[in-house]
Amino acid sequence: MAQKIESSLKNMVIVLCAITFIAGISLAFVQQITLAPISASHQQKQINAISIVVPEFNNNPLETGIKTAVQNDSLTVYTATKDNEVVGYAILSSTNSGFGGTVQVMVGFTPDGAIYNTSVVAHQETPGLGDKMTTEKFRSQFVGFDCATKKAIVKKDGGDVDALTAATISSRAFCATIRKAYSAFQQITNQKSCADAESGATKQE
Amino acid sequence: MQNQVQQNKNNMANISNLTRGIIKENPIFSLLLGMCPTLGVTTSGTNGLGMGLATMFVLIMSNIVISLVKNIIPDKVRIPAFIVIIATFVTIIQLLMEAYVPALFEQLGLYIPLIVVNCIILGRAESFASKNGVVDSLFDGIGMGLGFTLALTLLGLVREMLGAGTIFGWNFLGMEDPKTMLVFILPPGAFLVLAYLIALIKKNN
Repeated sequence: MAQKIESSLKNMVIVLCAITFIAGISLAFVQQITLAPISASHQQKQINAISIVVPEFNNNPLETGIKTAVQNDSLTVYTATKDNEVVGYAILSSTNSGFGGTVQVMVGFTPDGAIYNTSVVAHQETPGLGDKMTTEKFRSQFVGFDCATKKAIVKKDGGDVDALTAATISSRAFCATIRKAYSAFQQITNQKSCADAESGATKQE
Repeated sequence: MQNQVQQNKNNMANISNLTRGIIKENPIFSLLLGMCPTLGVTTSGTNGLGMGLATMFVLIMSNIVISLVKNIIPDKVRIPAFIVIIATFVTIIQLLMEAYVPALFEQLGLYIPLIVVNCIILGRAESFASKNGVVDSLFDGIGMGLGFTLALTLLGLVREMLGAGTIFGWNFLGMEDPKTMLVFILPPGAFLVLAYLIALIKKNN
């Protein structure tokens, strides 16, 4: 076996520098290769979530993303259109009040304000309890849910939502994302309807 | 003739290097190393398998590299040097997983970067790769990696079966909403299952 290098200061500095240098270069190389696939997979995930929550569309909603300010937070609103007609809005809503931290939900509205569907994008809720919020069984109660007539609050707190068993905090967080998404939706449609009214007015003249 | 004897001896040594990690010195069931990822990620068979394979990749690569460069690393800085090498491979596998298996990456999340401080890897680097040649270290890495992967997959499968009623995501009970023992998905279940698995394996040895 070859002789080990002596542990002199010079040797130690040289060896550690060489190792970190090589490590840095190889990491830069791998990062370059994986950059495109990573951003593609992130986009694909967004698109998948959007296509769950709004009716069939044929534009690229990611290009239509608009930031809307809601309660010291900004939500992104994606507009889904089919043949240039708006079929729905997908709103990426999030809250920090989940049991395990942030809960991100994509909420889809049809233009009349009812929820078309929802999809949990990211969460850290307890497996087996809070993470049941991703199941069809829980989310199905929000299909066709209209925040104008129903309260997106769990029944325990006087609302209209059946909370998950043993996961009230997670259910509350989910409802909070719905409420935030709805206020973002209202802002967007108010702006739209003002614009429509103006253009309507000009037409009448 | 003598060459052949030598050859046989080498083969025997390789096989023993390989199998030692799987059963006799299994890092989980006999050495009880790397408990953090073992208990943390094994909420399902898929997670266990993914974590095991990621760790195995890091273990094999770091074993190879460390056995190659062991003579040019001064003794006093060997631990930081090993950690840099290990961290490089962990970051590589993290980027690759994020790019090509985003779903699994999301599940394992924080535990992937934590492979850096997995004591199995540093332990094998320190106690095996820094004293043995490349081929021996390669087989040791494969063996230990397989042992770790098997243990994690087994643990994950048992917990998934009891806690969620599925095997690798497949609902083997065929029931809509089976009443399962949730505790096995939660952290205490990890300890319970691990204890029983260790007891069983010790008994059979």
